Amino acid sequence: MLDNLFLNSVVEWSRLQFALTAIFHWVFVPLTLGITFIIAIMETIYVKTGNEFWKKTVKFWMTVFGINFAVGVATGLILEFEFGTNWSNYSWFVGDIFGAPLAIEGILAFFMESTFIAVMFFGWNKVGRKTHLTASWLTAFGANLSALWILVANGWMQNPVGMHFNPDKARNEMDSFWEVLFNPTAINKFFHTITSGYVLAAIVVIGISSWFLLKGREKLFAQKSILVASVFGLLSSAVLIFTGDSSAHNVAHTQPMKLAAMEGLYKGREGAGFSMFGVLTPGKEYGDGKDAFVFNLEFPKLLSFLGYRNFNAFVPGIEDLIKGGFKEVDGSTALSVEEKIQRGTKAIEAYKEYSNAKKEGNEIVAEDARARLEANFKYYGYGYFNNPSSIIPNVPLCYYSFRVMVWLGFLFVFIFVISLWVVMKREGNFKKWMLYISIWSVPLVYIASQAGWVVAEMGRQPWTIQDLLPTIAAVSRIDSSSVMITFFLFFTLFTILLIAELKILFAQIRRGPKISNEIVE
Amino acid sequence: MDDTTYIFLQQYWWFLVSLLGALLVFLMFVQGGQTLIYALGKSEDEKTLIINCLGHKWEFTFTTLVTFGGAFFASFPLFYSTSFGGAYWVWMAILLFFVIQAVSYEFRSKANNLLGKKTYEWFLILNGLFGTLLLGTAVGTFFTGSMFSIEQSNIANIGGNMAISRWEGPAYGLEAVLNPLNVALGLAVFFLARILGALYIMNCIDNDRILARAKKQLLYNTVPFLVFFLFFTVCILLKDGFAVNANGRIFMEPYKYLMNFIQMPAVAALFLTGVVGVLWGIGRTVFSGTIYTKGIWFTGAGTVLTVLALLLNAGYNNTAYYPSLYGDMQSSLTIYNSSSSKFTLTAMSIVSLFIPFVLAYIVYMWRLINKKKLVITDIQTESHIY
Repeated sequence: MLDNLFLNSVVEWSRLQFALTAIFHWVFVPLTLGITFIIAIMETIYVKTGNEFWKKTVKFWMTVFGINFAVGVATGLILEFEFGTNWSNYSWFVGDIFGAPLAIEGILAFFMESTFIAVMFFGWNKVGRKTHLTASWLTAFGANLSALWILVANGWMQNPVGMHFNPDKARNEMDSFWEVLFNPTAINKFFHTITSGYVLAAIVVIGISSWFLLKGREKLFAQKSILVASVFGLLSSAVLIFTGDSSAHNVAHTQPMKLAAMEGLYKGREGAGFSMFGVLTPGKEYGDGKDAFVFNLEFPKLLSFLGYRNFNAFVPGIEDLIKGGFKEVDGSTALSVEEKIQRGTKAIEAYKEYSNAKKEGNEIVAEDARARLEANFKYYGYGYFNNPSSIIPNVPLCYYSFRVMVWLGFLFVFIFVISLWVVMKREGNFKKWMLYISIWSVPLVYIASQAGWVVAEMGRQPWTIQDLLPTIAAVSRIDSSSVMITFFLFFTLFTILLIAELKILFAQIRRGPKISNEIVE
Repeated sequence: MDDTTYIFLQQYWWFLVSLLGALLVFLMFVQGGQTLIYALGKSEDEKTLIINCLGHKWEFTFTTLVTFGGAFFASFPLFYSTSFGGAYWVWMAILLFFVIQAVSYEFRSKANNLLGKKTYEWFLILNGLFGTLLLGTAVGTFFTGSMFSIEQSNIANIGGNMAISRWEGPAYGLEAVLNPLNVALGLAVFFLARILGALYIMNCIDNDRILARAKKQLLYNTVPFLVFFLFFTVCILLKDGFAVNANGRIFMEPYKYLMNFIQMPAVAALFLTGVVGVLWGIGRTVFSGTIYTKGIWFTGAGTVLTVLALLLNAGYNNTAYYPSLYGDMQSSLTIYNSSSSKFTLTAMSIVSLFIPFVLAYIVYMWRLINKKKLVITDIQTESHIY
């Protein structure tokens, strides 16, 4: 009993600390992913035209990027090591697969980024224009390449492929590097995540430029920046929407519980509608018989189509997934979670028997146990639970976060279209309300971006590795008080750094690019 | 283990991880230099010049630290899960002292920076002091051991202790500072970083007063460095070491680390060449009548070789590189019992073929940026200043 208490609390503090680090990290990373490309595009125009105006423009956006970058690096360091410090069992159980992308990220991507970023910032007077431009493009590629590897790692946690369990080592081992790399979940996640960063960066550039227009300063700089950012943002949005759609399709097949939670769908049905907007019944719990929604506006049959490319397909709800019995896409009948728990328990018991038999040198018993382990391994992680409802994520959090992400995403598309139209057709004469919307979109784009990760990460709870390892079995055995102290240390430090960053950023923005009139003319 | 390819891969990856560790110690000239900003820079401009000289390179150190972590994770995940998850406080402290570094360069001289210039300078100094000291102390435990136990089947121990790796004792790694050998290595790394910092500053800055002060600092830091380094080296060469027999059993072997050098003459040669390189770079700079600015290359290369040799000594020749003092010591980590699978090591090895290419562009770009030495007027005219 005491042991369980200890465990729950260290798991919760560890999750909280990991969430804190990930959230702070993700405040800084998406801007880097996108603004580096926007800068590289602007610098290409500078090198092509030789116009000093573009050099000044590039330098201004580089200042914004530089201030943002440092905190991203700092929080990223913590995040990487927290897999070991806080999720020790996890690090061993899947380290054979999970470690590789992290190492490759360091070797191939981080060095590229950090080498060329130095040239970008300090090379203006030391290297030629073309070398400098190459460095800017390579910084952007480096940043995005690092995103690829960490998202391959994350995608693998959501949809573990290309591996087998080795009971001699109590760990999963890689069978196919390509399967891990080209995991559909990882590829979707990569494109969806980087393009969300591009959209974020484009909105930030448009928002800041709009502020200059509102103040009547740096008009040409602001208009040209808006032009580049809105084209970049619009093209990125197309990929973002496309991969958002394929993500839904992917989640329906690999993490149906996440999809059900995102939709607040308790009772599954054929031809399921997509909840456009709704209010969930407060305090609703699994099996309490209450309606899921107080109010729900649905787009008919859309969820079935998004999930299964068929307007009449059956989408299982939370209750169906718990009770099983429905027909899966492959024609088989779904198991109940109760049955999965039994199978998981069998797998764990078989592993224990195998391990003991091996120690005693009893090969016959070991082989028998191994066969049972392999037959049930698919449900291994379920063996850590007693109660089927333990595998339901936080439904309101997933439901509302998902809607915030999607609707704000469409607002940004609208902003890109309007901005582009005004710059192209109305000589950049924005109405005041347009400028205000653009400026207020800057905090909103950060909220949307965080909401996306909340859906992805809270939606897969309680799993660190889908179906194989829940958080309770993944955590390090340390005092919860130690994790609590580091949580507050990081919280305080990161908050101070964030405030400092924002203050510096605002001061730099107020200074502006200082483009003289001669250059403009 | 009958598979020679697998053994080769494990040794290859121990070499690469050791090399990354060695490069990291060299690159900590940034940290060492940070602790010298007040000693070498008397005016505001001088301080800014020094900080900018170091600031152009801070990301290399940082990236090497991250890559060192990633490579260790990928190749020896049992070390990652055991050491980081167990010696929690040591690693967390190290990380905290690196977090404050990352922002300090960028924020220091910017307007409206909340904490003020001085605070960010002190962040750099704290990073330089504790980053090196703690990292050295943590690496000391590779030779002295730690209190942890490992039982892989614990993961199936539902309702009980499910942790595979478990740190014994309440200090979660901080107890390492109670061992004088660990602390000696920590201090040796700290003073070495200051030596490297002074040498690097002499290499990248053109300013007579700063150079003269750096030369003095070189001498002041060499003395304690030699004391702590010699103390550490002599002690480990004379002490019993953690050996592993053909059956994988760990036992104490007298003069193990000394024997490793004798049985692996190439590693011993690396070590001796490294030490000579370190001393040559220092000596040449200190005893030169004029200002000699290339000492960093000898001392830097010497540092890489020395640290590489020490880490190879700790892991090769049937040695347990992360010894457990708990119980019968059988939880100790060797490069064989803690590594990734053959498949993963092979895949990673293919990726490692890119390393020379990565090194090549780093060297090329480094030279481009360092072609011209920094002078005071640079920091008055440059657009991006730390």
